[in-house]
Amino acid sequence: MNVRAHMSMLFHLDKCIGCHTCSVACKNLWTDRKGTEYMWWNNVETRPGAGYPTGWEEQERFQGGWELGKNGELELRLHSRARGLSRLFFNPALPTLDDYYEPYTFRYQDLFNAPEGNDQPTAIPISMVTGEPIQIQAGPSWDDDLGGSNLYAKNDPNWEGVDPDIQAQMHEIERVVFNYLPRICNHCLNPACVAACPSGAIYKRAEDGVVLVNENKCKAWRMCVAACPYKKVYYNWSTGKSEKCILCFPRLETGQAPACAHSCVGRIRYMGVLLYDADKIYAAASAPEERLVEAQREAILDPFDPAVIAAAKEGGLDDEWIKAAQNSPAYKFVKLWKLALPLHPEYRTVAMMFYIPPLSPIVSTLERGLIKLDLPPERMDFELFENLDKARLPLEYLANMFAAGNVALIEPILKKMLAVRILKRRQSVYGEVDAQTLALLEAAGTNLEEAEAIYRLTTLPTLEERFVIPPYHREAAAELYNDPLAHKGEVGLGYIQPPRRGE
Amino acid sequence: MNWNTLLFLVFPYVALALAVVVSILRMRGRPFSVSAQSSQLLESRKLYFGSTAMHWGLVLILGAHLLAVLLPKGLLLWSAVPLRLYLLEITGLALALWAGVGVWILLARRLSEARIRVVSTPMDYVVLLLLLVSIITGIITASAYRFGSYWFPAVFTPYLWSLFTLQPRPELVADLPFWIQFHVFNFWLLVAVFPFSRLIHIVTVPLGYLWRPWQIVIWLRRKRPLRATPPAVPHPAPASKPQPALQDKGGSYGSD
Repeated sequence: MNVRAHMSMLFHLDKCIGCHTCSVACKNLWTDRKGTEYMWWNNVETRPGAGYPTGWEEQERFQGGWELGKNGELELRLHSRARGLSRLFFNPALPTLDDYYEPYTFRYQDLFNAPEGNDQPTAIPISMVTGEPIQIQAGPSWDDDLGGSNLYAKNDPNWEGVDPDIQAQMHEIERVVFNYLPRICNHCLNPACVAACPSGAIYKRAEDGVVLVNENKCKAWRMCVAACPYKKVYYNWSTGKSEKCILCFPRLETGQAPACAHSCVGRIRYMGVLLYDADKIYAAASAPEERLVEAQREAILDPFDPAVIAAAKEGGLDDEWIKAAQNSPAYKFVKLWKLALPLHPEYRTVAMMFYIPPLSPIVSTLERGLIKLDLPPERMDFELFENLDKARLPLEYLANMFAAGNVALIEPILKKMLAVRILKRRQSVYGEVDAQTLALLEAAGTNLEEAEAIYRLTTLPTLEERFVIPPYHREAAAELYNDPLAHKGEVGLGYIQPPRRGE
Repeated sequence: MNWNTLLFLVFPYVALALAVVVSILRMRGRPFSVSAQSSQLLESRKLYFGSTAMHWGLVLILGAHLLAVLLPKGLLLWSAVPLRLYLLEITGLALALWAGVGVWILLARRLSEARIRVVSTPMDYVVLLLLLVSIITGIITASAYRFGSYWFPAVFTPYLWSLFTLQPRPELVADLPFWIQFHVFNFWLLVAVFPFSRLIHIVTVPLGYLWRPWQIVIWLRRKRPLRATPPAVPHPAPASKPQPALQDKGGSYGSD
């Protein structure tokens, strides 16, 4: 057992209101520089939809992630080593700026400098690349809230395998349903970007799992951009270096949650330590498709198990990190309650950011133009629980997104969440738990105690319960290289190298 | 000092010194500035035709030149049979034309595409023009003074070796026709410009990718042998003494 720790984020999609506060916080902090205007290390997409960059899930085109070779061994989809080198001069799988969008601003000075006239001055849009006027064709979250759109929702690759009749219904205004999907870098255990980089400039930090680009080593071969199946490595067109989400490691190292999580208005995000067995990464990445999620859960370890604790200490983890792993909301949702799933496990990168899939609205019918729940009240609570196949968002769709098409993984999750919802509603309406509700909890594979805990962490968590961030001991890192007192005196805000006079 | 000495003795040494010294300084001191500066993200279609042709054409032709310097006898033996000679010359000429078209496409793309103009530095144009001149003079040399693969081993192989072995014989190129001299001088110009331009990305060709492990995991806080300390000695107590050799490592993360 080779125990390592990973900082993992959790997205409770039921709570996401699509306000994009996370994206703006990230943009203001990290990507408001020249060459990064088009990058959204954190973005929020409307699903069903084409996402950002448009159609990023179409791996036949973008060649992201890993696949199983003829003999069942893991192969990078983008290239073999030799083929990768032969494509240095032109990378056919690289998206162009138009797959994202051409960043733009407005010529606000025109509002002030326009000569006096009979019409209102306008600020025309200009490209942030060329500075010339452009016709805006696309933008960040261009398809925001267009859930039933024939232009966007219809092109969602996750419809694969969903009954065409149901697909057609999804575009009828009464049936429209959508949810939001916030995305950051998944800081995978088997990152394709790292494997694809010819320079070896991208690496994973063993201490907390953050995947970073060494900007000094990056030589703009841009294979990472194509290899990342989530399209979360971006190429800075101005500096000629790749950049990506850094999981706000400077914030993590000072005990703060990443800016996207911290600013989250809906409080959908959780952050915590997961202990995992590094020896099981390959097994988790190369498992057969229907076992992918299970294999990943097996690689994630129980932080209360004495054998795991002993191995963790041997691996250099201190008590604080083990304690943080025990209190981790990520551990509870992913491993203990099995409510959270990785995004597109079939990409085989073993993504370490997890999603709790969204529930659909209560099943309703339409009568004389009025939306109506034509069920007796005593049946209403149970209707969706017993008829998940009638859920507005088809389970196959969610399964394609979070479970490599395995509906059997989605169903128990939704049932458990519905059971908690029904329990709490009946508790607050009728005051006590009746036998019917208890039977329902049992049918959902949970019990009163667990349901109560899920409810608490879902709806009422404090900041400290949502973000369990262990001390990083930066001083220990400084001691490796330098006398700590000298180090304190010479590096400050913004300095990577000690500032010397005349340099 | 006559022109010949200046252009084919002094200047080559200056160019080589610049190429070596400035490249090392830049790679060590400002590694962030070293990049292939790809603009494929901004424009992809023209780049495909331009970049592929330019790179593969030039790599193969340069490789052939290098072989002629390293294995002159082999080249002469190969060219002894007329059919093989024609094959070699025609291949070289075709590659040169291909590379020339590629450079031309890249130059036109750089001038005509608004997005590419924004990321173009004066040095980018200089490099493309020098490459174009190199290819054109090369084609003139190959077609007007046949056959290069006969006389190159007799003229340039000894000339280049005389420079590398510090016993320069610039007189070897003194009486050559103008276009050949131009081709040679232009080469030294490219060498001189090399460390100051994007050409420096040539030395970073990532051949190590062929055998490195797929995944790279780095421990930041695990104790490792320090450069200035023998591995057997335990880690020095804090504030015992400054470690001058490690001052350059730069903060918690190291500079590279």
